[in-house]
Amino acid sequence: MSDQLYQERIVALAKAKTGAGKLASPTKSARRDNPLCGDRVTIDVTVDGNGKIAEIAHQVRGCLLCQASASALASVAVGRDVASIVDLRHDAERAIGRESGEAHEPFTAFAPVRDYKSRQECVLLPFEALQDALS
Amino acid sequence: MSFDVADVRRQFPILSEIIDGRPIHYLDNGASAQTPLAVIDAVRTYETTGRANVLRGVHRLAERATEAYENARIEVAKFLGVQPMEVVFTGGCTAAINLVAYSYGQLLKPGDRILLSELEHHSNIVPWQLLRQRSGIELDMLPVTLDGRIDLTALPRLLTNKTKLVSLAHVSNVTGALLDVRAVVEAANTVSAKVMLDGAQRAPHGPLDLPALGIDFYAFAGHKAYGPNGIGILWARPELLEAMPPFHGGGSMIGRVTLAKTTWAPPPRRFEAGTPPIGPAIGLGAACQWMAALDWSAAHDHEMALVQRLMDGLQGIDGTRLLGPASLQNRYPVVSFMLDGVHPHDVAQTLDSFGVAVRAGHHCAQPLMDRFDLDGTTRASMAPYNDNDDIDALLAGVRHAAKTLR
Ligand SMILES: Cc1ncc(COP(=O)(O)O)c(C=O)c1O
Repeated sequence: MSDQLYQERIVALAKAKTGAGKLASPTKSARRDNPLCGDRVTIDVTVDGNGKIAEIAHQVRGCLLCQASASALASVAVGRDVASIVDLRHDAERAIGRESGEAHEPFTAFAPVRDYKSRQECVLLPFEALQDALS
Repeated sequence: MSFDVADVRRQFPILSEIIDGRPIHYLDNGASAQTPLAVIDAVRTYETTGRANVLRGVHRLAERATEAYENARIEVAKFLGVQPMEVVFTGGCTAAINLVAYSYGQLLKPGDRILLSELEHHSNIVPWQLLRQRSGIELDMLPVTLDGRIDLTALPRLLTNKTKLVSLAHVSNVTGALLDVRAVVEAANTVSAKVMLDGAQRAPHGPLDLPALGIDFYAFAGHKAYGPNGIGILWARPELLEAMPPFHGGGSMIGRVTLAKTTWAPPPRRFEAGTPPIGPAIGLGAACQWMAALDWSAAHDHEMALVQRLMDGLQGIDGTRLLGPASLQNRYPVVSFMLDGVHPHDVAQTLDSFGVAVRAGHHCAQPLMDRFDLDGTTRASMAPYNDNDDIDALLAGVRHAAKTLR
């Protein structure tokens, strides 16, 4: 039931709005739409000389799950190797039960989404936007 | 006749189901309505005592099936106030509109214009855009007023001598606004344009008198009108059907086929190529019969009392806004709203946990969402079997979402 879906941790991540906004001069950005529900995520990043993410910002026009996911992603992306972003996505996929294995913080917060197949895309959309931006 | 909601509810088996420990508060009728026993029984009778193809066999089952199929056409015709031979069975409302766009569309010339509105369902926009690509016609759009009605004051400006067709929603699937059909027909007549109504959201609320409306085409879907899926209706004036070339080719729609040339069957057969959805057509006939037996003046009052209860309740919740007319005049029981700071999908998901089924999102009306700069709305759409408990459960869910999600 959805009371369990909107657990405090997910609501808190969404409200934290970590990384919400735009970057003044991003090196890369990308926008992703989910045509099914109309969610839209725009991600700006700057990548430093060593191939690490220096800054990240996101604008989400979408549901709470999408906002929480963008916020969670921004909270762990800075300082990471561009090549390792795909690992974060795997972590999120594990959290929502699409891949087997244990997920890590902060994505464990999305475990309740396991039971809501129609909402899983909402969690993955920010990852897709970031991957687009970096590709 | 009088109206007893408990009696209506008893006719819909699904309404007494308990899902995940909760009763169902089904307020997503605009997407698909529930179906009464009368319809289920009619389909079951066909499947168990009369299942065969139609129009092709001389054996008894084929005769039974054909008779049931044609009787369904008669029931639909009665419901619409028209002649059976003017009623075409299609795969749905979308299929009916596409049929007109293709077949009537073939009679149009480059430079001819079709007038639509900003609040149309995608199924009354995209078929015309495809026609535009195929044949070089032009599209014009009536704007929408702040309270979610088609702005008919723009008619004189947008109707031209090139306008051949005006195609509009009879009732909006987002705002619930009822079209002023008379005003549209009068204006269209001044330039001899035909008028088509997308009746998907109107047909589920009682019998119609299409000739009195003065229109030329009408489309609706079976599954929103308490009938089965996979069936819809196109009605058109007989002289228009007569003039229109076929949409699909195949069996049943022909006069005589030779390898050199084929002649067409007369309407409605011309537009029903191949084996039609026989069981669904029979079910829709039963649904029309079921609707015709209801006292719609009382049922409409009941539905609109639910709308009022819902609007009053929403007003008491901080940060809710309506998208649609605030008055009950010229309106049907479709209510779209926003809860500030909470995305419509999160509202709908919370409502699900209260056992309340609603729809959230753009409702296949993205141009309308753009008009109001919205991501989407939460939409409750009522049927005669809904009751105060349904509305109260919805309001409790919205209050909960307001408290916990922002
Ligand atoms: C106003 C309107 N027109 C057309 C349709 C399309 O109906 P269907 O998908 O059953 O063909 C709908 C259904 O959502 C509708 O609400």
